[in-house]
Amino acid sequence: MTSPLLDVRGLRTVFHFLDGAYTAVDGVSFAIRPGEVLGLVGESGSGKSVAGSSLIGLVDPPGEVIAGEVLFKGRDLRRLTERELRQLRGKEIAMIFQDSLAALNPVLTIGEQMAEAVTEHAEVPPAAARERAIAALRQVGITSPETRIDQYPHEFSGGMRQRVAIATALLNAPDLIIADEPTTALDVTIQGQILAEMQALARTTGTAVMWITHDLGVVSELADRVAVMYAGRIVEIGDTDDVLDRPRHPYTRGLLDSIPAENAPGSRLRQIEGAAPTLARRPAGCPFHPRCSRALPVCQEQEPGLSEGERGQAWRCHNPQEPLP
Amino acid sequence: MGTFVLQRLLQSIGVLLAVSLVVFLAVYAIGDPVELLVSQEATELERDRMIQILGLDRPIWEQYLTFLGNALRGDLGQSFVHGEPAIQLIVSRMPATFELVFFALLLACLVGIPLGLVAGLHSDSRTSRIIMTGSILGYSLPNFWKGMMLILLLSVWVHWLPTSGRGETVTVLGVPLSFLTLDGIRHLVMPVLNLSIPNMALMTRLTASGAAEARLQDYVRFARAKGVRPQGIVRRHILRNILIPIVTVVGVEFGQLIAFSTITETVFAWPGMGKLLITSIYRLDRPVVVAYIMMITFLFVIINLTVDLIYAALDPRVKLMERAS
Repeated sequence: MTSPLLDVRGLRTVFHFLDGAYTAVDGVSFAIRPGEVLGLVGESGSGKSVAGSSLIGLVDPPGEVIAGEVLFKGRDLRRLTERELRQLRGKEIAMIFQDSLAALNPVLTIGEQMAEAVTEHAEVPPAAARERAIAALRQVGITSPETRIDQYPHEFSGGMRQRVAIATALLNAPDLIIADEPTTALDVTIQGQILAEMQALARTTGTAVMWITHDLGVVSELADRVAVMYAGRIVEIGDTDDVLDRPRHPYTRGLLDSIPAENAPGSRLRQIEGAAPTLARRPAGCPFHPRCSRALPVCQEQEPGLSEGERGQAWRCHNPQEPLP
Repeated sequence: MGTFVLQRLLQSIGVLLAVSLVVFLAVYAIGDPVELLVSQEATELERDRMIQILGLDRPIWEQYLTFLGNALRGDLGQSFVHGEPAIQLIVSRMPATFELVFFALLLACLVGIPLGLVAGLHSDSRTSRIIMTGSILGYSLPNFWKGMMLILLLSVWVHWLPTSGRGETVTVLGVPLSFLTLDGIRHLVMPVLNLSIPNMALMTRLTASGAAEARLQDYVRFARAKGVRPQGIVRRHILRNILIPIVTVVGVEFGQLIAFSTITETVFAWPGMGKLLITSIYRLDRPVVVAYIMMITFLFVIINLTVDLIYAALDPRVKLMERAS
């Protein structure tokens, strides 16, 4: 087993509001090995996006990372200066966002925006940066990149813009790409294409990917390992096959049951009762207990610790599901 | 684009016609210039002769049509008071006003945009609050009062600057200019400052609100995720986007200042167009007032056209379209 590329330990991010600090990411720990794809799954408000941004210091006030270690190739990113972090961002760790229209500057050409990702990190002549951008566009399947590169974001379709964002992330051959719901806004066929391309790219370049999504279906196609987040905590983590086939946490089970494709045709789709708790109202004990069908009295009082199973599967539950045979 | 420009110029003819009618009627209603032009001791005969020479005995519609006919040949009438063609009179005053307005706006941009950036990018800081409060003061203090205070401070008390006039001028290509001589610059400083302060405040506030909005946009986040330096983010991403509203306001203010820098020109006895307008109104010099308004209208048409063209250059999403006929 190779040593992890990224090792996150006890990461805690809070948002300061007038009436106090609210914890969005609550002691999250996970690791990603080189070339591995980790799916970080959770509902809206589970803290998964904040967790992603926290890793490379992109949480803006009133948010603040207050505890934990982010060990990347042995260095703790939380101890780096803003200048050192900047040199690392886009070069060793790249990030892609959900809304590619908003993420691309409307008044700059695609070429200008891609080239700056190169020139900000190395002394590269503009022509060479342009060549690299063209090559990256071709890599993500954009036809006639030589002409497309001089166009503006509004001249691209949604899927094309997301490819541009992915191509931009690939420019410096980073070790890790943090992808924050990059396919959520796209229609299903485009989403499928991009997932397939992303997987192929991760394989060929050896880039590790942290894929943040609310869609377990996407994770099952793409990820080697999966971490399920609920109310700021990782409630279950493990190899994708283990977690999806033999979930131990009732929340993971609930998520799986609410995927239409996983259910028998004609059967009533099950759903998790209630809604995820807001930042301000996290229940005491296990945060999932008000919605949990397996809740015990202890769940209301005591937060469950981490239990470990085979092949690194781990969960936080007082009354876990028995592994199915 | 050529068609676009031509179409806009043709439209402006309609605007000019409408304005000419309104102004002609309005000036006619103000009062009878004969009372001011003919001396108290003049006989009835001399008086009637004067009215006849000026064409004031004809019905108003005939006067208007005569005016229009002459205007088509480029003749906007003779000044009652100076006996010179009105156009020539206005044009001779133009360089003084243009010089004043040009430097006032230049100064407003050079001071206002950087201040606005500082205030907008660090909107919670003390510096930002000081700048924003100062801008309210700069914008709301009345012009005539600021002018008099400047004179009191810089001329009367410390004797640094002269109180009035244009000073020594140098003629370049037939245009007298003040800013090329030391004496001219000394005369320029206070009126330019007086005209500039409210615009500095306006630029500051405009830039600040634009920057505060732009820095929260996803494209700024994406640029940071790419590892772009803070200066690069401000210069390439933020400034390019907020330049669009700034160009609009500079355009409008340019027209406004040229047309109505009357107060500043009066306070500092600056021999520009504004001063000419105010004296012409006092003396009921109808042709000059009408010609003045006509020229200003045309100026606004040209400025708006220029602003539209700059828009198209700055914002790739703007396409100048000929209206379908």
